[in-house]
Amino acid sequence: MAKKIRVLMAKPGLDGHDRGAKVVARALRDAGMEVIYTGLRQSPEDIVEAAIQEDVDAIGLSSLSGAHMALFPEVVKVLKKRGAGDILVVAGGIIPDDDIPKLKKAGIKAVFGPGTPLADIVAFFRSSAK
Amino acid sequence: MSRPEELEAIEKRLRRWEETTLRDSLKKQPESRESFVTTSSAPVGRLYTPIDLRGSDPAETLGVPGEFPYTRGIHPTMYRGRLWTMRMFAGFGSAEDTNRRFRYLIDHGETGLSVALDMPTLYGYDTDEVEAKGEFGTCGVAVSSLRDMEVLFHGIDIGAVSTSMTINSPASVIWAMYLANAEKRGVPWTGLRGTIQNDILKEYQAQKEWMFPPEPSMRLVVDTFEFGTEHVPQWNTISISGYHIREAGSTAVQELAFTLANGFEYVRWGIDRGLAIDDFAPRLSFFFNAHNDLFEEIAKYRAARRIWAREMRDTFGAKNPRSWLLRFHSQTAGVSLTAQQPEVNIVRTAVQALAAVLGGTQSLHTNSYDEAFQVPNEKAVRIALRTQQILAHESGVANTVDPLGGAYYVEALTDRMEKEAYDYFDRIQALGGVIPAIRKGFFQQEIANSAYRYQKEIEDKERTIVGVNDFVVDEPSEVEPLRVTKEAFERQVRRLQRLRKERNPKKHAKALNALRKACEGDANTMPFILDAVRAEATLGEVCDVMREVFGVWEEPLLY
Repeated sequence: MAKKIRVLMAKPGLDGHDRGAKVVARALRDAGMEVIYTGLRQSPEDIVEAAIQEDVDAIGLSSLSGAHMALFPEVVKVLKKRGAGDILVVAGGIIPDDDIPKLKKAGIKAVFGPGTPLADIVAFFRSSAK
Repeated sequence: MSRPEELEAIEKRLRRWEETTLRDSLKKQPESRESFVTTSSAPVGRLYTPIDLRGSDPAETLGVPGEFPYTRGIHPTMYRGRLWTMRMFAGFGSAEDTNRRFRYLIDHGETGLSVALDMPTLYGYDTDEVEAKGEFGTCGVAVSSLRDMEVLFHGIDIGAVSTSMTINSPASVIWAMYLANAEKRGVPWTGLRGTIQNDILKEYQAQKEWMFPPEPSMRLVVDTFEFGTEHVPQWNTISISGYHIREAGSTAVQELAFTLANGFEYVRWGIDRGLAIDDFAPRLSFFFNAHNDLFEEIAKYRAARRIWAREMRDTFGAKNPRSWLLRFHSQTAGVSLTAQQPEVNIVRTAVQALAAVLGGTQSLHTNSYDEAFQVPNEKAVRIALRTQQILAHESGVANTVDPLGGAYYVEALTDRMEKEAYDYFDRIQALGGVIPAIRKGFFQQEIANSAYRYQKEIEDKERTIVGVNDFVVDEPSEVEPLRVTKEAFERQVRRLQRLRKERNPKKHAKALNALRKACEGDANTMPFILDAVRAEATLGEVCDVMREVFGVWEEPLLY
């Protein structure tokens, strides 16, 4: 049996909008992945620490408050610093179109905006997380 | 109530209809689905008739507007006397940016102010604290000190306008800044009108902007009840909010039930403090969502008024009819806005706003069509405000009181939602009450379950969302961007740094020490918070004192 994909679903910064993160967490779990939810108000360091502790294959970052540029790239940076740059980082939330190329350049592999089908998100994790 | 023989005749007629006209029609044209449901996935029948209202006496359940149980509205004449307050939730960037937006809205006919604060402010942090990184001004305006508050209301007649502030965990601090600003401007507190949201219970359940554990948080809330009753008598010291419960994914019934259960909890805490119910209950106000399903929303508001009136009078023994009134603000459902074909959101919002008006709202915020992307731009906000003005002045819906009263479907739905709310009250009680149920994650899990079900329905195309899973077009969404500027951030940080340099350090330290002692004891904290903000302590400094004394909340993790 193939090893289950392990995902850390994380809420960086002060944003309290957790509906999307929780719905996606549940969809990934229903698709057979193991999902760990960090809860709210995590710093990039907290998130990386949890990802390493939990030995995850992928991290899902969610922010709807507009702080994504300050926080998402930082997670990738800290991951690399901690020698965990191989962990897939994916993001979702309210992200203006202009920011998407910048986030991708910073190492976020995919950005899912409002209205994205859950099936698309599940498929991306399946094909990209190892 | 129809008489038994009338009901019998109606039943007979319906049976005949089912066996003839309906049967023939279904044979030719079957219904498009097996079952029909509301936005909350509650079943909807084919036809509602007096049979559905059997056993319910309209003289008792509906009464007349302006009288117990207020099902038909809290005022005898409703909008014929005065229209609802058009109150647009606004805030971004620095106090200067938001002050400009307020004046713009007032110039275009807005009739009340509503302040959106940014994430650091909602969590009791100053703009320049490390926790605030990246969050300045994006979801609202930053208010870190009395000076920000002064700028925010500069040139606005705070003695005349009513101001609502969406602030919860640090509500007493932000309110103290508003009061201190009024004091400096020579506006007497007795003339101030407005609302602080100050509803901490739904923060643990849904909105998730908290600082302290429930018990000290509830103490702070009751402190504002007590202080307001005595010193700021026209101020609503709480807005008990279902809005965020719904936005987080609940059904309409969950929104109704959890909000009212929270309301009763505040009443119990007020009574436990020794306050007379009729002294503080008239200043309790409510805030509900206006979602997609027109009739379900209307029924929700009507059920809410009836339940609140009954419980306040019969369970809590309030004598003053003003204590029985459920007055509410409403806001269209932000969560229903789509990033796809965003202009279509204007139509969604219009339908939702119509529900709020037909449901008898006291004030209304209409969302802007670009809000799936950002805090709205000026043009989008103006269209949203115009939507209310069209309902008020062109549609004719404000011309008569409770126009849907007596509609079989609406009345049956109102009765059913009322009953289902009581079922939830029983479940909450069985868990030991609201706060134990929060600790067990009950509300949070109920909400998450409903959110997931809703999303699955969209995913499985059981539910159509126009532009998202049907009627899709392949074209980019064009929205004029609104960005918070670097200059706004720098201006805000400079103001804070100047304040820390210029204020009187002795007065400042003394006020914070006195506040700490008050928090450690059981005095009402409001006068001490006021002294601290008068001494120009920042929001972060005041909240740090309280965090040190009260501790911080850790939520049960679940999804």
